[in-house]
Amino acid sequence: MLHVQGLFFRYKNITVLKDVEIGLNKGEILSIVGPNGAGKTTLLKSIVRIVKPDKGTILIDGKDASRMNRLNLAKCISYVPQALPSKFPISVFDAVLMGRRPYIVWKPSKKDLKVVADLLKSMHLESVALRDFDQLSGGQKQKVLLARAFAQDTDYLLLDEPTSNLDLKHQMEVMEMISGMVKKKGMAAMLAMHDLNLASRFSDTIMMLNAGKVFCTGEPSQVITVENIKSVYGVEARVNRNSGHPYILPIRPLN
Amino acid sequence: MEDICQQYQGVTGRKISFIILLALVLFGVSIIALSQGPSSVGFRESFAALFQDSGLAHGIIWKLRLPRIVMAIMVGCGLALAGTVFQAILRNPLASPYTLGIGWSAGFGAVMAIIFGAGLYNEYLIAGNAFFFALLSSFLILGIAKFKRSTPETMILAGIAIMFLFSSLSSLFQYMGTMEEVHEIVFWFFGSLSKVGWKEISMASVMILFPIPILLKWSWDFNLLAAGDESAKALGVNVDAIRMLGVVLASLVTAGAICFTGVIGFVGLVSPHITRMVIGGDHRFLLPASALVGAVLVLTADILGRALWAPQVIPIGIVTSFVGVPFFFYLLMKKTREYW
Repeated sequence: MLHVQGLFFRYKNITVLKDVEIGLNKGEILSIVGPNGAGKTTLLKSIVRIVKPDKGTILIDGKDASRMNRLNLAKCISYVPQALPSKFPISVFDAVLMGRRPYIVWKPSKKDLKVVADLLKSMHLESVALRDFDQLSGGQKQKVLLARAFAQDTDYLLLDEPTSNLDLKHQMEVMEMISGMVKKKGMAAMLAMHDLNLASRFSDTIMMLNAGKVFCTGEPSQVITVENIKSVYGVEARVNRNSGHPYILPIRPLN
Repeated sequence: MEDICQQYQGVTGRKISFIILLALVLFGVSIIALSQGPSSVGFRESFAALFQDSGLAHGIIWKLRLPRIVMAIMVGCGLALAGTVFQAILRNPLASPYTLGIGWSAGFGAVMAIIFGAGLYNEYLIAGNAFFFALLSSFLILGIAKFKRSTPETMILAGIAIMFLFSSLSSLFQYMGTMEEVHEIVFWFFGSLSKVGWKEISMASVMILFPIPILLKWSWDFNLLAAGDESAKALGVNVDAIRMLGVVLASLVTAGAICFTGVIGFVGLVSPHITRMVIGGDHRFLLPASALVGAVLVLTADILGRALWAPQVIPIGIVTSFVGVPFFFYLLMKKTREYW
């Protein structure tokens, strides 16, 4: 279980995260939603220690993450960032092989290569395996980054807006790959999401973040409500509950 | 599934073959260099003299030609390695010991030691001072990069500023120096391999060779830095430490490469690019291959510099640019793929 307790993060004089509590069980998908600047990305980065939180503890299966070294942390949590540097001159195979880095001492073993090859095959990336990462489409790039995170072989997977900038089909494919992997390997995934409908369709739990504070947490049907969207996003919306998952239809911004 | 693995291993094999090929080329060029020089010690003679322990030919080979060759290889390797490392840790295709001004400040350190240590020519002082000044400007650039979230352009601009500062400081020395000192400095600015002996070589090789295994060990981390600091951290790389120590080592290598030979500018920038165009951006192969490319480049330039206008010797720094620039342009025009 990934347990975040009393997390605070301050940037200059602005409090970005305020007393955030999260409990994430294996086999579950948690989506963190909220308006721009709510602190979603900072929250994920604090958990993988890309940034250092001011206060709070992160327990990974009971162990304090701040006492683990980076390499061991990288064996527990993988992270898919929102964007990469504009140029990333490396082949797709090598990009995925990077995910094995926490396990490689001098050179990749047969097992490392096999893990990468299997992932590329199962994610339908074999045809581009030796192409340059830079030459891929946005959707393929996201899948490669996902494959890299899977190659890391961790129990916890953190993704920062994995579906932004993707077309409809790639959005569905990426989300299905994530939920498939969570089910198959008993991982837990935490996603920062903008698309409330995708979040509600694929998540076990949704956490709504507003101005660095947890506004509410619960099952999608509890969290995605007309009132919550109104007070957190300032948007008038309709919520349709016919299909099993709440589905929102935004109407207009409120002032 | 075995298929992708095999294909990947095939690609890896080709990269290794390229490195072996480069080593052979370097060996071949060294042999040509060995048989060349103003004295008429030819191919056979020079080779035989390598294994004799007396005679004129022996002296020429062991005291003049071989040190020159070894130093050329060292300088080429060193500048190319430093360039590759700077490009990786600053994630900047324009980075190299000279575009960052580090070569110039190391040079200033060396010139300063030559002049103020006048009379007591001391290779430790020269090398040490060169390293000190190289580190100074490296950390200046690193500091700018860290605190200003700087773009590649800012770093290069800072490097150019540093270059101007140190080249004008060196000019000041020239202006105020005696004839002899001025000669020394000017000679240094052209870049020259004619003044090196085994003492300098052993000093330089410590500075250049000692960091190599560490840099090779870090090649994975350099690869990961290319994917951005965030990805690298999430994959277990201690980004700040690698960047800091990488700069220290690259500065050490730079200082070692230039403190006895002077300005040989172009190698550090082009060698990594030439290599990347052939075998791609994986530092496990890029580092050794680029070092070999640098060595071949400098050694070839030295042969040309001695042969083109014999018996006049054109300084190595000048020839490197004459050889390197057109070749680099050719590669840039020919390749449509971008590597940065």
